Amino acid sequence: MGTKSRNYYLIPYVLWIALFVVAPILLVLYYSFFNIEGHFTLENYKKFFTPVYLKMTFSSFWYAFLITFFTFIIAYPTAYLLTKTKHKQLWLLLIIVPSWINLLLKAYAFIGIFGTYGAANKFLEAMGVGGKQILFTDFSFVFVSVYIFLPFMILPIFNALNDLNPSLIDASNDLGASPLTTFKRVIFPLTLDGVKAGCQIVFIPALSLFMLTRLIAGNRVITLGTAIEQHFLVTQDWGMGATIAVFLIIAMVIIMLLTGKRKSGMLR
Amino acid sequence: MNKKFKLSSIYLVAIFLILYAPIFYLVFYSFNSGGDMYGFEGFTLEWYKEIFQDTRLLIIVLNTIIVALLSAAISTLLGVAGALAIYYARKRQTKNALLSLNNVLIVSPDVIIGASFLIFFTMIGIKLGFISVLLAHIAFSVPIVVLMVLPKLEEMSTSMIYAALDLGASRFDVLTKVILPFITPGIFAGFFMALTYSLDDFAVTFFVTGNGFSTLSVEIYSLARQGVSLGINALSALLFLFTLLLVIGYYFITKKNDRPNRMGVRQ
Repeated sequence: MGTKSRNYYLIPYVLWIALFVVAPILLVLYYSFFNIEGHFTLENYKKFFTPVYLKMTFSSFWYAFLITFFTFIIAYPTAYLLTKTKHKQLWLLLIIVPSWINLLLKAYAFIGIFGTYGAANKFLEAMGVGGKQILFTDFSFVFVSVYIFLPFMILPIFNALNDLNPSLIDASNDLGASPLTTFKRVIFPLTLDGVKAGCQIVFIPALSLFMLTRLIAGNRVITLGTAIEQHFLVTQDWGMGATIAVFLIIAMVIIMLLTGKRKSGMLR
Repeated sequence: MNKKFKLSSIYLVAIFLILYAPIFYLVFYSFNSGGDMYGFEGFTLEWYKEIFQDTRLLIIVLNTIIVALLSAAISTLLGVAGALAIYYARKRQTKNALLSLNNVLIVSPDVIIGASFLIFFTMIGIKLGFISVLLAHIAFSVPIVVLMVLPKLEEMSTSMIYAALDLGASRFDVLTKVILPFITPGIFAGFFMALTYSLDDFAVTFFVTGNGFSTLSVEIYSLARQGVSLGINALSALLFLFTLLLVIGYYFITKKNDRPNRMGVRQ
């Protein structure tokens, strides 16, 4: 652009980056070296590698994996079938609308549905299975999480499928591939980027959502996010909370590297 | 072929039903005079009356709206400046570095943002409350505005700017008469996204809100932790209507803005 002109727009923007992106992350790192009495120490890191915290980290990853897996299993066919409909953009919009509803309201709805006398139990009784404790179980936690993340997984896969050149599928069919082979060798590899983006969008929040574990899983499930919230807001042990946050950030970076570079920034 | 088509329609319909059932479940029971979400006893509007008479709740709604509008306006200004900064960056590395830093807050989980902002605000001595919530909302809305505005800037042909400069326009004229009018749809979309981000945010607000100040999401969380109360249902019905209006508004903005499936998904 104009040769002499300086890039004045950088000033407010870089200030924002320094204050709200760089500084907070450095502060988290800094706090992770202090114990609850405010002494500089490595004991938080030592504590993180004790069985209690390692087990929690492992189960957090396990739940996140389950949630991502089931979301993917349900989302891929949905996205695929959506691309085959007429007015597909409209249908896609309808899929996305629920994701705009406040997450807490959706969680609250499930407190009613999964409650002891709720719709789910009435349905089970009508089926002859009999009432069960559904709320505050692992099942309800995974189910509600999958419900909440579904639209976020559908969208990138839908976009990838939508960008797929149909003549490639025709070519595959003409060359004698069965529908299954076409899917395995042509469609799925070409939409892998969408799948990766979807998994990234689901997996990272699944590690860190704490309100769902509180409302739906009744504190039975403790994710990394729940632990951070617990340390910061309940026990006030910021040092340990910051240490877990450091590991969550590391996990996040690894996941982002694994799932590749994502071009269209979409959400947290 | 026909049978296959039917099976796929059933699958899609089932997905739609599951996606919408909980929302309609909430709305349906907001009219229940029975007082719980289990048996529908009779039609009533008392829960709506109740929430409209609850001054504390109305103040919280007002707070939420003020924070959303202010943070969206300020983050739009910052975001447009940010997009222009990235656009004008001469070196490719600078551009990429800025973009990566921009995206940090978009991919970071809410707990991390919340916890780190909590440390940050306590460290520099900002009292937790309205100001801290507002600052946090501005901070996490800026990158999304940048991402909405930047593609518009990149779409713009540079010859337009050179033409304006050749014809004697000052840098300020170029900005206000050439660039800004061109990127207006992006700015609107950015403002809109910032607004919905702020209205919807729970986790970050929860960390930095302190005791005296509350937004709607935080209030719903503390109510829901106490169990079922149909006031929340009435509230959610109203919020659902409001969300629908926002979606329709956003749909028309992005429709003008070309590719509709580029819309950001919310969480």
